[in-house]
Amino acid sequence: MIADGAIPIVPRGVRLHQDRARNRWVLLAPEKTIALDQIGYAILSEVDNRSEFGEIVSRLASKYEAPVEQIRPDVAGFINTLAARRILEVI
Amino acid sequence: MTQVPPPMAMLAELTHRCPLSCPYCSNPLELEARSRELTTEQWLRVFREAADLGVLQLHLSGGEPATRRDLVDLVKGAREAGLYTNLITSGIGLTRARLDELDAAGLDHIQLSLQGMDAETADRIGGYRGGFERKMQVAGWIKDIGFPLTLNCVLHRQNLHQLPRAIEMAVEMGARRIEVAIVQFYGWAMLNRNALMPTREQAREAEMIVAEARERLKGTLVIDFVPADYHGDYPKRCMNGWGSVGLNITPEGTVLPCHAAQTIKHLEFWSVADRSLSEVWYDSPAFNAYRGTDWMKEPCRSCEHKLKDLGGCRCQALAISGDPAAADPVCVKSPDHGKLQEMAMQFSDGESDELTYRTPA
Ligand code: SF4
Ligand code: SF4
Repeated sequence: MIADGAIPIVPRGVRLHQDRARNRWVLLAPEKTIALDQIGYAILSEVDNRSEFGEIVSRLASKYEAPVEQIRPDVAGFINTLAARRILEVI
Repeated sequence: MTQVPPPMAMLAELTHRCPLSCPYCSNPLELEARSRELTTEQWLRVFREAADLGVLQLHLSGGEPATRRDLVDLVKGAREAGLYTNLITSGIGLTRARLDELDAAGLDHIQLSLQGMDAETADRIGGYRGGFERKMQVAGWIKDIGFPLTLNCVLHRQNLHQLPRAIEMAVEMGARRIEVAIVQFYGWAMLNRNALMPTREQAREAEMIVAEARERLKGTLVIDFVPADYHGDYPKRCMNGWGSVGLNITPEGTVLPCHAAQTIKHLEFWSVADRSLSEVWYDSPAFNAYRGTDWMKEPCRSCEHKLKDLGGCRCQALAISGDPAAADPVCVKSPDHGKLQEMAMQFSDGESDELTYRTPA
């Protein structure tokens, strides 16, 4: 789980990139290219290195009209998986 | 043939020149002279074509890329083209001022190679006195500026015992990743096989050290480990599939499906000096030679693993079995599997630790 007050960070060396040749969004990181589905892209678009995890979850919840409690674990899982690979940071 | 996907990654060997002379250097035995290198304008055109074609990641390599005086302009052009730009360097030739310029040019990531984990070993292996000290200084600047850093270390019989120290150093330098690869045998390394081949026990110990460190450093350091395939039962997919994910460009512009591909003498390689990158990727005979599975012979042709490993490495098949369309001899189904194992065993018993250094370009 991630505390509501924690801030997910896209660290230096990682960037969101529009992959025009393949018509999708990707996350470019050292030696890695991570293809994003719509959900992954939606989450990362909210990570602005300022917003707290709780705010990100509630913004996504209202945008996609889904209950906060339902999406919180999915968003946390996505962020934690990337953090374990040192692609995102949570501070 | 099924449709050819666009490439994801490109390795640009900007030059073969290098102040170091590592005895396992993956550059070919016949090095290109500076006078034949592509110009700044040519490289910039190739970067733009690569991005249009679908390449996302660009690795600037060599030789030592920092020996190119136009390195900063090349990085700038690559970023403008939209490429993720990674510099693969020994650190020699980088000053603080140059690193600041690279930072301003938008360099995304640095991969710093380690020849050994102390000055004595590193300078002996790299054949360059004072190299280790210089590298440590460069690592400090990289950390100050905040470049994301990956350490990169080729392990062999003479430095494998220093693996735990390499991992410690990566943490000290603030690296996010370390890549450790057991030496692969072609080119210069093949000349030095008797002095470099690790024993099976050493290779196994390295695997255990990596497994332990991965657990302990979860979330701090990512460890990528490329084991010695001579000691395995099935080959690895080479380059993630011939002509399907990546490409290499040599200093004078020849486009290769993998850096050792020129050892396969009958292949016809095309160059970006006189063609577009897209033409080379989709139409050149060398790229089409081993795409897909149609070129396979037995035992690969009827093997259930064929889509998984694509028959392994073509260059290794040529080197050991004399036929680039044979199964990679790492595979237990290859008739030359025994021969390969025996060779590996003999090399690791090599009596001498004497090294043959690569020559200057
Ligand atoms: S392996 Fe060593 S000699 Fe070869 S390019 Fe790299 S640093 Fe230079
Ligand atoms: S026989 Fe060929 S395809 Fe099958 S595992 Fe061996 S190398 Fe791979």
